Amino acid sequence: MISPAIIFEDITLGFSGKKLFAGFSMEVPAEHCTCLLGPSGCGKSTMLGLVSCNCRLKFSGRLRFLPEISHAASISWMAQDDLLLPWLTVIDNVLLGARLRGEVRPTLKDKAQQLLAEAGLEGKGGLLPGQLSGGMRQRVALLRTLMEERPVILMDEPFSALDALSRVRLQNLAARLTKGKTVLMVTHDPMEALRLADRIIVLHGHPVRIATVLDLHGATPRDPADPEVQQIYPQLLGQLMAEAES
Amino acid sequence: MSGIRFLILASGLTAFWQLVVMITDVPPYILPGPLPVVRALILHWPTLQNHLMTTLAEILAGLVLGTVLGSCCALTMILLPLMRRWLLPILVVSQAIPVFALAPILVLWFGYGMASKVAMAVLIIFFPVTSSFYYGMRRTRPELLELARIMGGRPLSVLRWIVIPSALPALGSGLGVAAAVAPIGAVVGEWVGSSSGLGYYMLHANARMQIDIMFAALAVLSVVSLGLYFAVDTMVARLIFWEKKENEDESVA
Repeated sequence: MISPAIIFEDITLGFSGKKLFAGFSMEVPAEHCTCLLGPSGCGKSTMLGLVSCNCRLKFSGRLRFLPEISHAASISWMAQDDLLLPWLTVIDNVLLGARLRGEVRPTLKDKAQQLLAEAGLEGKGGLLPGQLSGGMRQRVALLRTLMEERPVILMDEPFSALDALSRVRLQNLAARLTKGKTVLMVTHDPMEALRLADRIIVLHGHPVRIATVLDLHGATPRDPADPEVQQIYPQLLGQLMAEAES
Repeated sequence: MSGIRFLILASGLTAFWQLVVMITDVPPYILPGPLPVVRALILHWPTLQNHLMTTLAEILAGLVLGTVLGSCCALTMILLPLMRRWLLPILVVSQAIPVFALAPILVLWFGYGMASKVAMAVLIIFFPVTSSFYYGMRRTRPELLELARIMGGRPLSVLRWIVIPSALPALGSGLGVAAAVAPIGAVVGEWVGSSSGLGYYMLHANARMQIDIMFAALAVLSVVSLGLYFAVDTMVARLIFWEKKENEDESVA
């Protein structure tokens, strides 16, 4: 399946009289990872909601995929909370989408097992989520997201609740397994953005505007010692600090 | 551990009972001591057992029927929003009528046999089961439903894999309440009109001043209620197995 670019065109949207977006436009490149950075409440998560057609969001303007493909079957979504079902085993959680659509097949199960092995979770398929550590649970959530095989992946602060080591490990896994897909990720962590993103979009203001667009070129996941990362990090951090204080 | 605590508690209360009888010197037709009650229990066990079977059958039938009907009602309200608007007020109003006041009417309609007692138990159980299951399903985490929507899940599959399991802990507590009140329904039904059952036997003994037998019947009824409660509790714990596992992990950590 082709991974499309996501185009926000002249989006206007308000909550209870306050304008969150006013004529907002943005382009998320196809087949690459784009990270959204910016202060809390500026509308980053709302953008993911718009892409996933959250019906509670009433907006004007256009949001389209390029090439134009149906939104409904082309998105998978991962949140900060792993949203694992505690009553299903790990493997059944990974297969949740197929199960809810009534399309579980033996080949899918094999694929899920293979993904578990790739994520270092072999032999854990029969456990319940309650028996796993936080890092493992989030890994399972990532696999569930990938199992959908959707061309567009939306991630809302997927790793922010993890300890530093688990986070780095999960970032590496995510970078490896989402190659070639259009990934739109919201994060608070500039280092995470620098490690994973091909494009970083810094947002600010009410209504929200694009402050900076940074295109990065090295292969992901980048090492924190990578010269590109080293060069941009202080500048990016400084900008975010300034935004937070203003 | 809890077994030992239970034993200590039971024997302590029995000793207190004996003490009250000894100190106040009440006549045995007001409050018999533990020993005469135990004697009555042994002497009249065959009769007690017959009546016990009747009452137990009424309670269990009421419990099963009430749970099935209550669950179906809750599912209907979840699946058919149009029905919800009509069923919810009926449900609330039905609780405003004291169910005990209906007992004579139920006996009139369903006769002196088991049917009226089962109906009574069902009426009492129906509301806690329906409301706990319904509100449990309504409280399914919205993030899970959003995830299911993005995945393109079919409504019935979402109900089966996400909504109903989400509601099981709430339904479990509803079932606990149901198990506790079901014997009340059966006994009240028997008091109003019947020819067998522990409630009937208690009234029968009371009229003949056989207070020790009355207490023996009461003791049997209490044991039945307790047993029922623990049985349901065990069943519920098995139903929501994942919560137990999580707790075990906490105790290890």
